[in-house]
Amino acid sequence: MAEVVLRDVTKVFGHTIGVDGIDLDVPDGAFVVLLGPTGAGKTTTLRLIAGLERPDRGEITIGGRSVVGETPAQRDVAMVFQQYSLYPHMTVRENLAFPLKSPILNTSPAEIERKVAEVAEVLQIPHKLDNKATQLSGGEMQRVSIGRALVRDPAIYLMDEPLSSLDAKLRSELRIELKRIQADLGATLLYVTHDQIEAMTMATHIGVLDEGRLVQFGPPREIYENPVSEYVATRLGLPRINLLPAGLFGGAPSGAAHIGLRPEHISLNGEGGKSGTVTRVEHLGDQTRVHLEVEGHVLTTLADAHSTLDHGDRVAVTPHEPLFFDAAGNRVV
Amino acid sequence: MSAYSVNEPSGRQKWIAGTLVIAYALITMVPLVWIVATGFKSPADAISYPPKVLFEPTLEGYVNLFTTRTRQTEDYLAANPPQTWYEEIVRQYDMVIVGPSRYGERFLNSIIIGFGSTFLSIFLGVLAAYAFSRFRIPLKDDLLFFILSTRMMPPIAVAIPIFLMYRQLGLSDTHLGMILLYTAVNISLAVWLLKGFIDEIPREYEEAALIDGYTRFQAFYKVVLPQATTGIVATAIFCLIFSWNEYAFAVLLTSGTAQTAPPFIPTIIGVGGQDWPAVAAGATLFLLPVMIFTVALRKHLLRGITFGAVRK
Repeated sequence: MAEVVLRDVTKVFGHTIGVDGIDLDVPDGAFVVLLGPTGAGKTTTLRLIAGLERPDRGEITIGGRSVVGETPAQRDVAMVFQQYSLYPHMTVRENLAFPLKSPILNTSPAEIERKVAEVAEVLQIPHKLDNKATQLSGGEMQRVSIGRALVRDPAIYLMDEPLSSLDAKLRSELRIELKRIQADLGATLLYVTHDQIEAMTMATHIGVLDEGRLVQFGPPREIYENPVSEYVATRLGLPRINLLPAGLFGGAPSGAAHIGLRPEHISLNGEGGKSGTVTRVEHLGDQTRVHLEVEGHVLTTLADAHSTLDHGDRVAVTPHEPLFFDAAGNRVV
Repeated sequence: MSAYSVNEPSGRQKWIAGTLVIAYALITMVPLVWIVATGFKSPADAISYPPKVLFEPTLEGYVNLFTTRTRQTEDYLAANPPQTWYEEIVRQYDMVIVGPSRYGERFLNSIIIGFGSTFLSIFLGVLAAYAFSRFRIPLKDDLLFFILSTRMMPPIAVAIPIFLMYRQLGLSDTHLGMILLYTAVNISLAVWLLKGFIDEIPREYEEAALIDGYTRFQAFYKVVLPQATTGIVATAIFCLIFSWNEYAFAVLLTSGTAQTAPPFIPTIIGVGGQDWPAVAAGATLFLLPVMIFTVALRKHLLRGITFGAVRK
């Protein structure tokens, strides 16, 4: 395991910018999650570190060693792809053994046997080892694909939305499993997702990307509670943060254009609240989402599971811990 | 079940389809059957009119195909009684076998040239197709068009220039010359077909192999090639069929050492003219290698080995 550092890394594809001057420090043993919409440069960042792309500018070091001139094999990284994960002409066992048999690792047959069995156990696929890769279900394929990374002990594991194609149950199981493995091995992991639960539960650090730039980097709580911009604030939180005109509840600092309120930071029917109307109530079982209208502005908040609020009810709306943003979307304190 | 679901065809539909296929197969097989049958006829039966469907089979055609014979005096024949069944067949025309014919050699030439050029076409074709499929190559589209353009006129249209070039280069009537020529004709087909097959293989597989610690060539060899088997086999069959059956260049460029079977077979002369049973026997045997090759590899042709491997 090793620390991975990116300095001013830029990659341009024709006329579109893949990543734009990224500075990123992935500390040794950290679980770093990259968040951002499609096209923000998440996958490109992984591919640059893996050596599948060459940066136009900038420096990438793994464990203090510059790797820009190295082939993917020399960089000692493992990567889990979002798709096309397994070699279809091989069995599960051959797939798992493939990285170990490479000329670089050149592992002894006994050691290969041992590691493959160990990883198969962790991923609950020992009975599938002699199946063809094509005979597996999607979930099994992706587990084998993660296994193909885990048989190795690389400087860093790179994972590109490895769980996105799985069903919800398997996804939550593997999420816990991955986090446990990472903690047990003390592995360094760079993980791309746009699933906020994955980001919040697994990450030690989150990096938020916007159009190829890293706009904020820090622990998940900090990203959630202390976003530097509207953009970052909207990346996390479900339901999304409410963005309203700054003056709606009064007390806005000068220069603020918008107030950002997390749904859980709105209380109903407290003292001195602003009057609003309930427009819709969604009972989700464990919680209730309440959609409100305040002076023509729509906002969403949460109420307890057995809330008796109903369409048309008048409520008093009180904000807590508001976040203020200027017209450009930057945070105003 | 919706109106758009694909149903198993009914028994009646299967019966009709089966009948049509069998009827078509029978019609197309008539000439083949006729050739095979002629190989077992006597020269008289082979040219009788009306044609004989029923006849007494003989191996005369095969004996004549593989031997050269000469007429002998009655004294000689009486003094040297036939030793084997094939000598006996020849005796009915007062002839004796004086040696093997050149059919064996010609057949071997066909094998060497046919399979040699197929191997070379596939070897070069796979490498070129991979490069065209995966790398950024300047003027890629123009190069691909150029490769295809070599097939835009019949190859025989350039027979005279090739004949002159080959004479200058000393390639006339050599195995190497014929292998190179057939490879040149086949390579455009090979590159285009194989590029299509390789394009279908997602490059993520190679990228995974690169990260798993392999070089580009090892990734190509261990990951791309096995998945391209179907395409390689199909292409190889096309290439072999062309070079195996090629007639015009073989007539023009080969005569002594490197002559293949196609120009040789029609030249088989018997007593008083064309020896049709021997020609038919030669043609029958000539069909076998391509048939065996195709049948042996049909498993790869029919099986799309990567189907289902890709999560969608």
